[in-house]
Amino acid sequence: MCGATAGGLNRDGIAEGKETVIEGTIERDGEPITGYVRLLDSTGEFTAEVPTSATGAFRFFAAAGTWTLRALVPGGSADRSVVATSGQVHEVRIAV
Amino acid sequence: MSRTEVLVDADWVEAHLDDPQIVLVEVDEDTAAYDKNHIRNAVRIDWKRDLQDPVRRDFVSQEQFEALLSERGIANDSTVVLYGGNNNWFASYAYWYFKLYGHEDVKLLDGGRKKWELDSRDLVEAVPTRAATSYVAQPQNLAIRAFRDEVVDSIGVKNLVDVRSPDEFSGKLLAPAHLPQEQSQRPGHVPSAKNIPWSKSANDDGTFKSDAELTALYEGEGVDLAKDTIAYCRIGERSAHSWFVLHEILGQENVKNYDGSWTEYGSLVGVPIELGA
Repeated sequence: MCGATAGGLNRDGIAEGKETVIEGTIERDGEPITGYVRLLDSTGEFTAEVPTSATGAFRFFAAAGTWTLRALVPGGSADRSVVATSGQVHEVRIAV
Repeated sequence: MSRTEVLVDADWVEAHLDDPQIVLVEVDEDTAAYDKNHIRNAVRIDWKRDLQDPVRRDFVSQEQFEALLSERGIANDSTVVLYGGNNNWFASYAYWYFKLYGHEDVKLLDGGRKKWELDSRDLVEAVPTRAATSYVAQPQNLAIRAFRDEVVDSIGVKNLVDVRSPDEFSGKLLAPAHLPQEQSQRPGHVPSAKNIPWSKSANDDGTFKSDAELTALYEGEGVDLAKDTIAYCRIGERSAHSWFVLHEILGQENVKNYDGSWTEYGSLVGVPIELGA
């Protein structure tokens, strides 16, 4: 992963400073693991879901506000809260 | 229709992987997902390349659909089992599309690819070969497809169900949060539409909720199931999922999917739009 961008995803095409991005990785025992990540709004309602990359990475384009990330992997799940600021890229690691 | 006629679970699929009468078909939003791996003996349908006219915004013709299914080795009497990622969004879209062109025996794998992966079931890279058929499709069944003029005429008259996320409905976002924010010219929703996100119909693992939960969901949001209903989203795939719930699982006959959806309606000149929840 030497030289890889943070979060494992290339940021080409993201309008830095304009789009609000929540991205990161799912990990188990400190190692990336593949699965799915759901983005839930401040009331717990589903907003979006992505499968991770082969390196456990995910990315959402969201609005500013409080969100919950829910990671789903075989045999487990985990939630992480994140407060997104407009125009910022937020990186989150989710341990399952 | 009812749940037992239109849904199969992963155990059923595993037991029928070598049944020549069953054709397993993967349809994904990420059209490259199949290349990575797929359920053994599944063929692929690409929702963009195979199901969309390459020039106009419309579906492939009846003759093109016949050629597609013939080439994939699907016969008129095949039992087609569709599955895909994203909680079966595009598999539901393909299901609706197969019904549009009159295929009789088509089912969804409940939970789709996600449930299969979360169960740690086997996926393979080998692409199967199937003998070509001579598939004969029917003319489009427009009883299940709505167009823009009908949507405009239905404001305040029929049930309009907007199945996008609350932020898309209210106008905060133009597209789902995992996609870049572009598409329609204006945000918002069709006046009188009720926002019942598709996601409320599904469990975390992508399987559909129970009939009682689904009925309570729609009736609880004030949808009179005795009235005609049109479902829409952004490009008609999530609303195909909700159409599947209403028409196929709950057996409501008078339900259409508006595949033009918000990318068309939100770019029309002069039509009414509402903002806010």
